Formats: sequence, structure tokens, C-alpha cells
Amino acid sequence: MSKAILVDTTRCIGCGACVSACKEANGLPQNEDTMLTAETLNVVESRSGVFVRKFCMHCQDPACASVCPVGALRKTAVGPVIYDESRCMGCRYCMMACPFGIPRYEWKLVLPRVKKCTMCAPRQAKGLQPACTEACPVQASIFGDRDLLLGDAENRLRQNPGGYVQHIYGRDEVGGTSVLYLSAVSFEALGFPANIPHDPLPMYTYRVLSKIPNVVAVGTVLLGGIWWITKRRAEVAYAEGEEKGTPKASDS
Amino acid sequence: MSWRKLPRLTFWRLLLAVILATGFYSALLRFTKGLGAATALTDRFPWGLWIGFDVLCGVGLAAGGFTLAAIVYIFHLERFQPIVRPTILTAFLGYVLVAVALLFDLGRPYRIWHPMVMWNPRSVMFEVAWCVMLYLTVLALEFSPMVFERFRWQRPLRIVKALTIPMVIAGVLLSTLHQASLGSLYLIVPSKLHPYWYSPLLPVLFFVSAVGVGLAMVIFESNLSARTFGREIEMPLLADLGKGIVVVLAFYALMRFRDLASHGTLRYLREPSTETVLFVLETLLGVVVPLAFLAFRRVRDSREGLFAAAVLVIAGFLLNRLNVSITGLEASSGTHYFPKWTEVSVTLSLVGLGFLFFALAVRYFGVFGSHSAVAEAQRHPKRLDTRVHVA
Repeated sequence: MSKAILVDTTRCIGCGACVSACKEANGLPQNEDTMLTAETLNVVESRSGVFVRKFCMHCQDPACASVCPVGALRKTAVGPVIYDESRCMGCRYCMMACPFGIPRYEWKLVLPRVKKCTMCAPRQAKGLQPACTEACPVQASIFGDRDLLLGDAENRLRQNPGGYVQHIYGRDEVGGTSVLYLSAVSFEALGFPANIPHDPLPMYTYRVLSKIPNVVAVGTVLLGGIWWITKRRAEVAYAEGEEKGTPKASDS
Repeated sequence: MSWRKLPRLTFWRLLLAVILATGFYSALLRFTKGLGAATALTDRFPWGLWIGFDVLCGVGLAAGGFTLAAIVYIFHLERFQPIVRPTILTAFLGYVLVAVALLFDLGRPYRIWHPMVMWNPRSVMFEVAWCVMLYLTVLALEFSPMVFERFRWQRPLRIVKALTIPMVIAGVLLSTLHQASLGSLYLIVPSKLHPYWYSPLLPVLFFVSAVGVGLAMVIFESNLSARTFGREIEMPLLADLGKGIVVVLAFYALMRFRDLASHGTLRYLREPSTETVLFVLETLLGVVVPLAFLAFRRVRDSREGLFAAAVLVIAGFLLNRLNVSITGLEASSGTHYFPKWTEVSVTLSLVGLGFLFFALAVRYFGVFGSHSAVAEAQRHPKRLDTRVHVA
């Protein structure tokens, strides 16, 4: 069963407990960053009078993991998208590809790493829930099985139709994410990109990449064939020229 | 021998020295202080000039190499033989410099070999990495006869020549994949790249435009060589390449506009925006105007006209690649990127090194000296594939 986090922005009081807990769990300095940085992997933004947490969405089929040439990013079966720093060569394609603009880079370091929320994969491995959901005093963020959380979210939308935009952000976006959001105002107003396709982004690439073996096979035969035919033509032209006693240049 | 006395100080040499000295200082900054200190890159704009210009444009401008190799060795149009070697040299240097640029751009350049052992075949970047490695090897082999001849190493020369055709076929395939895959890199950002430039056809458009600009680069480079090294210019050959450009550009224009129209993108033309200006400029400069010029035989046959058209094609191509990689992404990134002087300085240095190495190669190797071999090949076409000099 894949795990997920449900964020109900109507319940968030903006206390920042999740931010401090996140920094403590990840050994990051407690500072006052107002947006995601290499030292702040979870942040509470205030937008349109609403508090909204921003952190990695942990896509079901993540663009970052699909584009990483060395497989440094990986979607685990239990939910988190994790990063293996020993593989990363620093091409930053993950940062380009992420539709939500989440991954950060340690620009100030000579040997930088990509930084993003890991959904506390190490804590989850020990049977604990992520630090942020554990710290939330009002259960604005809760942790659980994705299917159950989706059911929970649908219930909330049904029970309070006037209190919510009737949409679970993350259910279908880029093929679904492991972080789900509920809101009373439009998700665009909360700073979420509105033009996100519902297909998993890696499909856009795979449609092309899957044609490569064909291109190579057909290309080899085609080029070899053209080479053989044009060579043969030159030889014939030469032989005919020789018969007439006037060898002429072979090019066409 | 000229090494006994100091080289004469000319304006161009002085300029090159200044550029390389600044570039050296920038390189020091980059490798001791990190990317943050040496670039204007940010979390919102993680790819800048080094990817947009040095890699995307560099690879494209090297496309003459595989195009001409295919024309001469696969299609057997041997009359183009005299310009094969300088073109292969240009491509080889171009790719070497692209690899150097990557070393600058990668956060951990000492891990550049990782894609060889850590595989992710779902990644376009993985494909790009392998194509660069393999095609660089092919180009080195295609260039090697110039070195072997110089030192009269007969055995390796024979081996490489025997490998010509498989090598050229591999080179054409690798380039095709590579040029296209640079476009595929941007398939994953449908919500970020402006509709003028985002298209499922990006790989095809990148490939076709690379063929066009590859031919334009041959014309450009031949003109510069003729002037610099006091050589006769191969006008009839170049005029034919001009004809080739017309066909390629016309095909490109048709495909691009059909694609834009089918996605309803042309409606954006009514909105005045930076993107619209850049798109119109790119299209006029790189496609419409050169196409209109080159359609006339009088332009193709005139050295100045052909050169001007080639320069336009190249300029339009550069603008297109920078639009895809930088300006087309700015609006969605919510930030403005302008390269830092260090980025510009490294880029200029790489271009400068390209010119320097080209000049050195011309001085020490037989870059322009394979005419007799062609003449011989034309007398004995039976032995065409074995006797013609490898580029």
C-alpha cells in the first residue's frame, strides 16, 4: 500500500510546527526562509489569506526520477521519491523537469547536492510517520494510505460542499501525486500551476524514446542500402565508360 | 620553423589572449567557489547559457560533420570531398568543446562517467550522454587519418580507412539521435515552455534545423578559411549546399507552421509580448529571409550573397535554441535570467579555443590537402570505398 500525505489548507493555522520538525528531522538549520531553499525543504506560505505548505509532491510517476540519467532519484513502492547523492553528477535536469518547481540545489557549495523533501523515508522505514504530520497540532496534514486519504478527502468535499473547491489537487495531476491538497480558494491562488497535464509527464518522453530502436534498425539498413546502390551505380557508369573507351568521372 | 621567433601580435591574437585569460580566471572561480558564485543560475532557473549556448548550439553547429560525411560516403557525391576534412575537424572540435562545457556546468564534473555504469534508459539525458560519448569517439576516428598521415603511421591509417563506411553510418545514426534528443530534453516540460517552442515534434524540428545549420556552417567555415589561410574557395560546391539549405529550410518551415497551426499556437501572434517578438525574429532571420534569398540562383552563385544567407541561418538557429532553452522558459519560471560575466567569459573562451585549435590543426595536419586522392578516386571508382581518403 502506498503512503501519502493529505494537506487540508482550510485547517492550517500557520504555526510552522511542521517546518521546525522537518528541519530537526533532516538536520537543517532553523532559519526564517519564506520559500523553499536547500536548507528549507518544507515551508508554510501565506497566499490569498490562506496558509499553504509547500514541499515535494512525491508524484506517482515522477518526472524527476524519469529524467535522471544516473538514476539518483527513485520512486519507492511505499510512496516517497528519494535521492541517492552518491550517484548524482549535478546535471540539474530533475530541477528543470519538476512541474512543481520543487528540487533545490546547494548553489553555494563547491560540491553541491540536490535537496528536497524525502517524506521522511528513513523515519517511515522505522515505522514512524513523517516529522511534519506528527508535529501538526490541528491535523491539517495527515499521513496514511493514499487510497484511504483519497476517500477521506472525498468525504470532506461531500460533507462541506460550500467550504471547499470541489477538487483534490494531486489526485490526477501528472498522473497522481502522493501529496494531496484540499482548499477553499482556487489552487492557482495558492501558487499551484494550473496548466498541469493529467498524464504522467514521463509518457511525453517515452513516446519518443521508445522509437529509438526502430530508428537505429531502419536507419542502418537505409544508409547501408543507399551506400551500396550509389556505389554500384558509380561502378556501372565507370565500366560503361571504359567500354566506350572514355572513362569519365564517377560523380553524379 | 616559426617557433624560433615569437608569433606576430595581431588584433585577433590579442583579442584571443584577453578572452582566454579572462576565461581562465572564470574557470578558477567556477571550480573553487562553485556554481552559485560563478553563474546567475538559481533554483528557479537551473539551466543557463552553458546549456543553452555551449551545448545546444555547439552540437547543432557541429551538424555539418555528419551531413557532409553522409553526402560523400553514403550518397557517393565525391565532388564534395575537398570540404569533408575541414567539416569533420569543425565537428570534432565542436563536440570536444561541448564536453568541456559540460564539465563546467555539471555540479560534480568528476562524476561525468556515471552514466556509463549507472543506467536509466528512460532518461533523455542518459541517451544524450551516450550519444556524446560514442559520437565523439567516431569523430576522433574520422579525424585520426589526418594525424596518422602526418606521422606516416601506415598500419593504423589502413585500419581506420577500412572502417570508414561502418564508422560513417554509425556517426550519422548517432548524430541523428543526438540532435533529436536535445529537442526531446524539453518534451518533459509541457507546462513550462512557451507554446511557440513546445511541441511533441521538438526532436524532429531539432534534427531538421541541425541539418540546415550544419550546411550553413560549412559555407561559413569555408569562407573564413579561404580568407584566413588564403585558399581558393570552392564556390560551385558551396552553391550546391545553398540549394540543399533551401530544401531543408522549406521542409522545416512547412513542418513548423503546420505544427504551430495544429496546436492553435498562431493566435498568440496577436498578443504583443517578448516571446512574440523573439519568435517572429527567429522565423524571419533564420528561415524566411534566407529561404527567399537562396531561392535565387544569383544569390547562391555570389560569394557574398551565399555567405550572408549562411550567417542569417546560423543566427536564426542560435536564436531558436536560446529561445527553447532560456527565453521560452522565463515566463513560467517567474524570474529573469541573464548570464553572469563569468558564464559569458567561459563561453567566449570555448569559442576562441575552437578557432585556435582549428588554425593549429590546419597548420600541422593535412586538413585541406586531400584533393589528389579525390582525383585518383574519380579515375578508379571501382576502388572508391577503399582508396578515397577518410575524412
